[in-house]
Amino acid sequence: MTVRRNALARVTLAAALCVVAVGAGAQSRIRIGFMLPYTGTYAALGTAIENGFRLYVQEKGGKLGGRELEYFKVDDESEPSKAVDNINKLIKRDNVDVVVGTVHSGVVMAMAKVAKDTNTLLVIPNAGARAVTGPMCAPNIFRSSFSNWQPGYAMGKVAGERGAKKVATITWKYAAGNESVEGFKDGLKASGGEVVKELTLPFPNVEFQALLTEIAATKPDAVYAFFAGGGAVKFVKDYAAAGLNKTIPLYGPGFLTDGTLEAQGAAAQGMLTTLHYADGLDLPKDKAFRADYSKTYKTNPDVYAVQGYDAAQMLDAGFTAVKGDVARRKELVAAIESAHIDSPRGTFTLSKSHDPVQDIYLRKVIGNENRVEGVAVKALADPSPGCRM
Amino acid sequence: MDFAIFLVQCLNAVQYGLLLFLVASGLTLIFGILGVINLAHGSFYMIGAYLAYALAPWVGAHLGGGFFTALAIGLMLSVAFGYLLEWGFVSYLYERDHLQQVLMTYGLILVFEELRSILVGDDVHGVAPPAWLAGSVPLGHVMTYPVYRLFMSGVCVAVALGLYAIIARTRLGMAIRAGATNREMAQSLGVDIRLLYRIVFAAGVTLAVFAGMIAAPVSSVYPGMGNQVLIISFVVVVIGGIGSIRGALLASLLVGFADTFGKVFIPQTAGILVYVLMAAILLWRPEGLFRTG
Repeated sequence: MTVRRNALARVTLAAALCVVAVGAGAQSRIRIGFMLPYTGTYAALGTAIENGFRLYVQEKGGKLGGRELEYFKVDDESEPSKAVDNINKLIKRDNVDVVVGTVHSGVVMAMAKVAKDTNTLLVIPNAGARAVTGPMCAPNIFRSSFSNWQPGYAMGKVAGERGAKKVATITWKYAAGNESVEGFKDGLKASGGEVVKELTLPFPNVEFQALLTEIAATKPDAVYAFFAGGGAVKFVKDYAAAGLNKTIPLYGPGFLTDGTLEAQGAAAQGMLTTLHYADGLDLPKDKAFRADYSKTYKTNPDVYAVQGYDAAQMLDAGFTAVKGDVARRKELVAAIESAHIDSPRGTFTLSKSHDPVQDIYLRKVIGNENRVEGVAVKALADPSPGCRM
Repeated sequence: MDFAIFLVQCLNAVQYGLLLFLVASGLTLIFGILGVINLAHGSFYMIGAYLAYALAPWVGAHLGGGFFTALAIGLMLSVAFGYLLEWGFVSYLYERDHLQQVLMTYGLILVFEELRSILVGDDVHGVAPPAWLAGSVPLGHVMTYPVYRLFMSGVCVAVALGLYAIIARTRLGMAIRAGATNREMAQSLGVDIRLLYRIVFAAGVTLAVFAGMIAAPVSSVYPGMGNQVLIISFVVVVIGGIGSIRGALLASLLVGFADTFGKVFIPQTAGILVYVLMAAILLWRPEGLFRTG
């Protein structure tokens, strides 16, 4: 009995010490909440984003704005129905100062709503849903990645400049696809072409054959496709197998060929896509970032790691301006708004709606890389219709 | 739509329908004859596709390569796998209600998905078709058609004929039909029902794995690929009549045509058209097109 009581006393003491330790530390630390996918299809993306974020913090000696950080993590499982509960865990239970998340657009919509209602600082390191910086925009919501409209617009511009007058588009019928096609149409219009056929199929259906036949019958000058993951692999391969790539060039946003080239093989070779990042960028910052990242994590960085890295940079700009006093929110936000972020993708600033104003690169698939061909559009900003701040 | 395009779309529909049949035939066998709702059927399809991906380099290194060698090995593995699964799990489900069957087989989905994630990872992979099937044939001057897709359709037809022959014309098929109609009576006439069920389940699993392996070069290999196939397969089984191979074939073709022409003519409703078709057929024939047993 005494033994047990002893043990109990020891545990209690240890627990008490822990509480004291945490309490003491918390006063001087900024509380960062990661709400990212750590399981499921997007698990690799969540990990890359967190790695990128931590790499920047490590470069700054473990501090942002001169203050130490404390991390809290929630796995959002890319599940929109759990998003409100998950972000509340970070905000209400863990009392975080900032939430960093997430990948999935559906999840981010719910997060943005809660962040807006509770006035919590939110940095989005991937999800490109336009509404978040459109009708739902708010002073406390920032994005370090892209809006779905941006790569689409750049590709449209390039397609028109390359002589495509009549173009067919194909995508899954859901928000990201629609927004990307919207951007493409705007860009194509600006360079004198038009979309003559818009094909869609329900998400995540991958039976493309019927629509490929439609494309063959329409005979457009070019095709713009928005798919990702398994759908992107299958579409690019089916397009080539149908012999369409010989006569009708296939364009798309970078997601069509990012992280999928090994599976796409010969079918993707020579394809042109647009994105805010590329292989073979001749930037000292990018070279240093890639070297550091592969040294620290023993794997090569991707666009998601860059977006995580830049999320940390944006916060650093804000925290530094207020000397780590996160309560001075107005000055903090103003500092991020006026910051020049020295990203591995090239320097970018933020638009009025808090989206990156960034160069979109034209990339060409060569081997297993999306090699940069040039800048498709310089300093492109999403017009963010519906945003009033 | 001119006539040539129409013909190509018909080819697309038939080809998609036949592939659906290959997956759904195993499901209808297990559902119709064993009476087990097998939600894990999509997982078997996924396992097949990943087997095709994983076996290719191994076969290349040890047996000198060959798509069909890999296919043969995959089939042997899947028979053993199905046999063991029936022995270890499914054989306890025959006397239980549908809820418990659903829970068990849903649990299997989660286990298989997680194992897949641990063993192979979450990346998308491609599988190369055999070199002599890798080309394309021109269809008029509209487009070219991959030879492998035509080959796939041929294989599906062969499997359909083979299944029909086994069930309608052999002693084993007779025993299977008897077991499905009246389990106790068949048993009292000297049919070893336990062994028979084990064979049927293994055959169902093998059909799904086979479908996955055959489809892998066309569909690629990616997480969650089984779930999509599962839902549409259940639609096929319900439309065709539970347990009927003939019904499954007809239903697959119907779904193939509905899906293909739905996408072309009424893209706004393409997502639900197949389910509208199912509802309409069930209103007309609540048991499905061909009900057996």
